[in-house]
Amino acid sequence: MSLLDVEDVTKAFGRLVAVGGVTLRVEPGELRAIIGPNGAGKTTFFNLVSGFFPPSSGTIRFDGRDVGALGPAARVRLGIARTFQITEVFPELDVAENLRVAAESAAGLAFSLGRGAARRAGMDGEVDRLLATAGLADRRNRQVGELSHGDQRAVEIAMALALKPKLLMLDEPTAGMGDQETHDVARLIRRLHRDEGLTIVLIEHDMRVVFNLAQRIMVLAEGKTLAEGTPDEIAGNETVQAAYLGESA
Amino acid sequence: MSVKRDFAVGLFVWAALLTMPFWMPAIGGYTGLATRVVVMGLGAMALNLLLGYTGALSFGHATFFGLGAYGAAMTIRYLVPSTPLALLAGIAVAAAAGAAIGAMIVRRRGVYFAMSTIAFGQIFYFVAFRWSSVTGGDDGLTGWTRAPLSLGPLTLDIRGSETAFYYFALALFAAGVGAMAWILSTPFGRTLVAIRENERRARFLGLSIERHLWLSFVISSTLMGLAGGLYALLNNFVDPRTLRYDQSGEFVIMAVMGGMRSFWGPLLGAFIFVVVQDVVSSHTENWMSVIGLVFILVVLFFPRGLLGLLGRRAPA
Repeated sequence: MSLLDVEDVTKAFGRLVAVGGVTLRVEPGELRAIIGPNGAGKTTFFNLVSGFFPPSSGTIRFDGRDVGALGPAARVRLGIARTFQITEVFPELDVAENLRVAAESAAGLAFSLGRGAARRAGMDGEVDRLLATAGLADRRNRQVGELSHGDQRAVEIAMALALKPKLLMLDEPTAGMGDQETHDVARLIRRLHRDEGLTIVLIEHDMRVVFNLAQRIMVLAEGKTLAEGTPDEIAGNETVQAAYLGESA
Repeated sequence: MSVKRDFAVGLFVWAALLTMPFWMPAIGGYTGLATRVVVMGLGAMALNLLLGYTGALSFGHATFFGLGAYGAAMTIRYLVPSTPLALLAGIAVAAAAGAAIGAMIVRRRGVYFAMSTIAFGQIFYFVAFRWSSVTGGDDGLTGWTRAPLSLGPLTLDIRGSETAFYYFALALFAAGVGAMAWILSTPFGRTLVAIRENERRARFLGLSIERHLWLSFVISSTLMGLAGGLYALLNNFVDPRTLRYDQSGEFVIMAVMGGMRSFWGPLLGAFIFVVVQDVVSSHTENWMSVIGLVFILVVLFFPRGLLGLLGRRAPA
């Protein structure tokens, strides 16, 4: 059974059809990339899967359940975690506090009015573990708003990991980054996929990252699936080259 | 370093509060004015749980201040001359109103949230204003006084002694403010700050934003009710202006002037507001223009409030 099973899903804003009948199946343990020119509907597709808004039509099944009508919080609890194209963090809190809010939410402690429950649930250790995973241990007391773009992105990914997701969705994780930062984030994603067996779907514009990481690629253009296949198949696909790769090559 | 600084600030604040009746005369005040500082400070800090820590703009918080005041006053006037019961009644009325109003407005955001809070406040203002036979109307509710406090064999004469009432109010202030500091140090309190910082991120961490806002609103209203009850007891009087939008605005001014992002900021704001009001109003009716000038200067030169530079953490 696929972990994520999106069937013929459409999202229209008035007359504008942002996503028009896209189907996608992601198997457990897979690392899938979604590429496509600007305005292709990639982020809208992410918003549909993560519950930002409901689809106009079509079904979204996750882990065997129809989640199309659920809000974002309910989908998080089922195991869908995401990051955003423009990094969404808590800028005035420090790195450890950012991760702690996420970890406590995942542990069902968000309404806890005592300190004991968080201690018993091992939240201190959980925060340390997340800091180590994301390579942020030496920045734990830094205010997140003051960190570099790459570090903020790492904080956001670590917050998503704190939710112990079954599916991690990354919207342009290397957008706006220099070579070194891009390399670091790509290495983190690879490690999460290989070592922790996490299922990952990512939107990415950096083709080196896409072709290095992804096992399968879906190409969107104008709200529709243009092509779908392994990196080699996509690289050799003439329609894709014409519509998309051709522009930048 | 920041923990040490918080500790030093806290120590200074408590030392100042514990000795306020003794040094207040030196700056032209009196014991009753010190009590007013503590009571308005509690109100401004209670509002700031929403304003500064949750990021929800309640511009109608006098609703709960006034309901606490009327709850306490009417309990003594009509039911039983007991100070503790009067305060409990005021707190209960404010908490119940906070729960009901909060449930209706937690889905509103920004200016819509703010306008809704003002509107609800004005409803209660006009009820108090019009229903003269019960509330005393525009003249206020008179013909009652706070009762001495009996503690087993001891009686604390909070009616006759302004100083005794000051320390009574300060003890309740400490309980309210202590509860707030505790809440802010728990996972729930951290979550409130996270919602203020980035609601979208919080929602996509699986947090139920509306339920958090609601609970924060109720806690804030409850503490506001305590402040209002104390205010009625302080004056042995209550009138509809405790419920009105300009009273709400004064609490906002105190919080912003003192610093919304600092735990003690609103108390400093209340101190300045109350003392300036007292000093200036003995010279001119237009005391508000002096407050306004101070407020403008603070906003221009200390955009984060007077205590804003002292950092962002609650004393844990």
